[in-house]
Amino acid sequence: MCLSIPSKVVEINQELNLAVVDTMGVTRKAGLDLVEEGSVKVGDYVLIHIGFVMNKIDEEDALESLKVYNEILEKLDEEERERLVLEDDNCENRTLQ
Amino acid sequence: MSELQLKDFYDGFRNPDVIGGLAKLINEEAKQLPHPINIMEVCGGHTHSIMKYGLPQLMPQNIKFIHGPGCPVCIMPKERIDHAYILSQQEDVILVTLGDMIKVPGSKGSLQDARAKGADVRFVYSPLDVLKISVENPEKKVIFFAIGFETTAPMTVALIDTVIKRGIKNIFFHINHVTVPEVMVELIDSRDEHVDSYNNRIDAFLGPSHVSVITGAKIYEKFPKEYNRPVVVSGFEPVDVMEAILMLVRQFNEQRCELEIQYKRLVSYEGNLKAQQLVEKYFEKADLFKWRGLGNIPESGYKLKNEYSELDAQIIYDAILPKEEIEDHKLCICGDILRGMANPPECTIFGTACKPSSPLGSCMVSSEGACAAYYKYGNLLK
Ligand code: SF4
Repeated sequence: MCLSIPSKVVEINQELNLAVVDTMGVTRKAGLDLVEEGSVKVGDYVLIHIGFVMNKIDEEDALESLKVYNEILEKLDEEERERLVLEDDNCENRTLQ
Repeated sequence: MSELQLKDFYDGFRNPDVIGGLAKLINEEAKQLPHPINIMEVCGGHTHSIMKYGLPQLMPQNIKFIHGPGCPVCIMPKERIDHAYILSQQEDVILVTLGDMIKVPGSKGSLQDARAKGADVRFVYSPLDVLKISVENPEKKVIFFAIGFETTAPMTVALIDTVIKRGIKNIFFHINHVTVPEVMVELIDSRDEHVDSYNNRIDAFLGPSHVSVITGAKIYEKFPKEYNRPVVVSGFEPVDVMEAILMLVRQFNEQRCELEIQYKRLVSYEGNLKAQQLVEKYFEKADLFKWRGLGNIPESGYKLKNEYSELDAQIIYDAILPKEEIEDHKLCICGDILRGMANPPECTIFGTACKPSSPLGSCMVSSEGACAAYYKYGNLLK
C-alpha cells in the first residue's frame, strides 16, 4: 500500500488544487488538499500516497543523510585497507603464494 | 545545496554497500548490548522491506525482528469484509475500495468473488477516483469502503470534504480506519502478561514511516516514557531501517530510552497539521475496533462524527449489516504472528493450504502481510 518513491513537482494547477508530478519518469496528478496552500512549488520533491501529496521531502536532510552514509563507507573502507595491510604483515603463508 | 536528483533519493537509500556498512556497525556495536533485543516493526511496509532485502540475516544473534500488525488489509476482520460484500449486493450500489482489498476473504468470500457473481465492485488507486464514478453513475449510490491507518484517513477525509462542499448526493462512506498507538499498547500489554523470556517480548519499536508523516512522531511519546520502550521512527528504504536499528542499539548501549526520528526528511515531531485538522473535523474515535487476529481494541479506530451520519453507510444500511462475531480459520495463527509469538513458517498450513493465490488468513493477502512476505522472500532466510 505504501510506496516511498519520491516524486518531483513539475506543474501546479491552482484551480483544481492539483500537482503534476514526475515519479521516476512516470507523470501523474496528485491532490494538494492535505498541504498548506502555496507550500509546495514546482521543483520540490514530494511524497505521494493514494493520489495525494502527503508532504514535502526535506532536501537538505536527505542530502545530509546521504553524506553521513558516504562517510560511514569511507571510514569502513579505510579500516578495511588497514586490516588488509596488517593481515598481510602477519601472513605466515606468504612464501607459499 | 548541490543539484539533487530523483535517483539520489531512490538509489541512495537502497545502496547495498551502505546496507553492508551499516550491518558491520550494527554487528560491532551489538556486542555491547546489555541483553538480546526484539525489535517490532509496526508497519507492514517495513515488514516487506525487511524481508525483501533480507535484513534479518544481516543481524547479529542478539537482535530479532518481530513483525507487527501494520498491514491495513491484514487486520480487517471478516465482519467488515462481509459488510462490504453485502453492500456490494445491493441493486443500486457501486462499492468502491482500494486495490489491496480485492482478495481478502470474508465469511461469504472476497470482493473479487462478489464481483465475479455480478456485483458492481470497483477498485481504485485513489479516493479521488470515486468522484468520477459518482458523476458517471448519477442514478447509483457509490459507497467508498475506506481502509488504512492514519496515513490514509486524511485522503478519505479530503474526499468527504469535497463531497460536502460540492453538495454531491450519491457518495457514502463505510469507515474502517485504524490507529497505531492503541494497537502498540495492546501488544505491549498482552506481552507483559507473559514475559518469560526474551523470545517473546517487544523491547523496542521501529516507528512507521508514512503514518508518522501525517501524525508526527509525537504520538509515540508515551512509549519511552510510560512503557519503557524506545521508538525510532524509520523510513521505508533498507538503508533507513538499518540506520534506525543502529540508533536503537546505541540507545540500549548508552542506557537511553527515547523517541528519535531517523526519517527526518519526511517526519517532524508535529507532523502534517493540516491533515490532522481535517481528520479531526470529520472523524472521532470509535469505542472499539475489532482487529483480525487481535480482537477488540478500545479507541483504535475512527468513525464519522454524528453530524455527518447522512453520509455513513454503516448507519444508512444498519438494518442489513450483520453484527455477529465471526471466528477466524481454526488453523490460522495470524494473531500469534501479529503478537510476535510465532513466525509464519510455524503455521501448519503456511505455503500449502494457505498461499498468496488462495489465502486462508489475512496475513497472506497483502504483500505487506508477514505470511505473504515470508512466502515471497523467505527462501532468503535459509
Ligand atoms: S499462513 Fe495463512 S493461515 Fe497460516 S498464519 Fe499465515 S495467513 Fe494465517
